[in-house]
Amino acid sequence: MYTGQELIGADTLKQVAETAKKTDTSWIMHDVLDANEIDLTPFGIIHLPHLNLFGFDISITKHVVFMWIAMLILIFVLKKVAKSYKSSLIPKGVTNLTETLILFVRDEIAKPTIGKGYENFLPYLLTVFFFILTCNFLGLIPYGSTATGNISVTATLATLSFLVIQIGGIWKNGFFGYFKGLLPHGIPAWLIPIMFVVELLGLFTKPFALAIRLFANMTAGHIVILALIGLIFILHTYVVVPISIAFALFIFLLEILVALIQAYIFTMLSSLFIGMAVHQEH
Amino acid sequence: MKTLSYFLILAFSGGEHAGGGSPLDVNPGLILWTVVTFIFLLLILKKLAWKPILKSLNDRENLIKESLEKAEVARKEAEKLIAENKLNMQKSEEEAQKIIEQSRELAEKLKMQILEDSKKTANKMLEDAKAEIERKNAEAFNKLKEQVADIAITAAEKILKENLDKAKQINIVDKYLNEINKN
Repeated sequence: MYTGQELIGADTLKQVAETAKKTDTSWIMHDVLDANEIDLTPFGIIHLPHLNLFGFDISITKHVVFMWIAMLILIFVLKKVAKSYKSSLIPKGVTNLTETLILFVRDEIAKPTIGKGYENFLPYLLTVFFFILTCNFLGLIPYGSTATGNISVTATLATLSFLVIQIGGIWKNGFFGYFKGLLPHGIPAWLIPIMFVVELLGLFTKPFALAIRLFANMTAGHIVILALIGLIFILHTYVVVPISIAFALFIFLLEILVALIQAYIFTMLSSLFIGMAVHQEH
Repeated sequence: MKTLSYFLILAFSGGEHAGGGSPLDVNPGLILWTVVTFIFLLLILKKLAWKPILKSLNDRENLIKESLEKAEVARKEAEKLIAENKLNMQKSEEEAQKIIEQSRELAEKLKMQILEDSKKTANKMLEDAKAEIERKNAEAFNKLKEQVADIAITAAEKILKENLDKAKQINIVDKYLNEINKN
């Protein structure tokens, strides 16, 4: 019985492996994953430098380059916007678009969730929002790559959010006041050690969820688009082309929405957690 | 169970074979670069963009708020002025009406008075004229009387002077009577 099942399993494995060889989909992962080169086929491949620091591999990768592109775009555009206010307080063009987003982050995210003292966290929230938004959109242009579709990047951003949340809470309530405030009011004394551990874990699950949510959303959309396009090559037929393109286009439009929503969600939740840490009485 | 695990192995081995890693691989170099990039971006944007932009937005909001408040005050003032103007106009119209009424009354009065006066004057003139006529009549009558007396005396004198013959007397009387008639 046991050997039979194993045989069936081995057979299936062999069959699947053969099919996999025929219909190799590794290029999907190649497109989504980080790399040490920027693939600009048919114009060639840019190889990026390998760097080492104290035994750590700190090579400049594709996602690093795209983060830098996002950074340069943001600095360039926002500097221009800041300058445009000097000539006139009436927004126009890019200023108008940027202003809408800035006001959205300020009035719809920071103000209602943090309340009093929101101004101190506004630069962080704005930077996070614009950085994630730009990275998300950079992944949607041809030859682009989504840095926010990399778990290392999102985990780092979430860790920074975590630090801002904790520092904000400690700065406002004091070190001991903050940790005392984590415990709910009116619980029995014997529950305190357990609740403290639970609440402490809760602090870490929040940024963990932030990191996974952003990473998964940005990666999933790309994989779905690539898989839909890949159907054409796997099935070796033109019949599937209209369907593939139509669905891929639909997912692409959805991705534009997701790019906006995920930037909003990340900022919104960071802001919400900051608000919870700063005003613990609620 | 075994079949499932084979699929799992295949999926992961396939991924590793293809891209040299799974999407869940953590790259410490990338973490470092993300931290560096993000913090650099945060600092530079805070200085270059967020501070001036947020300040401008606040300034503009305050400006709009102030302008709206000012407009509200101006509107209230204008409304007050309009109400005042309306009141003034009403008052002045009433006054004008009153003045017109008064002047009309005055004119009426004046007219009546003038009419009365002129009537009085006319009456007086008429009376005066009547009196004058009467007086003249009386005067004329008196004069006539005097003249008649004179004539009578003169006639008497002449009669006395003439000889008292009857024919002559008659002649004389006729003559004088004719004279009188002529007169």
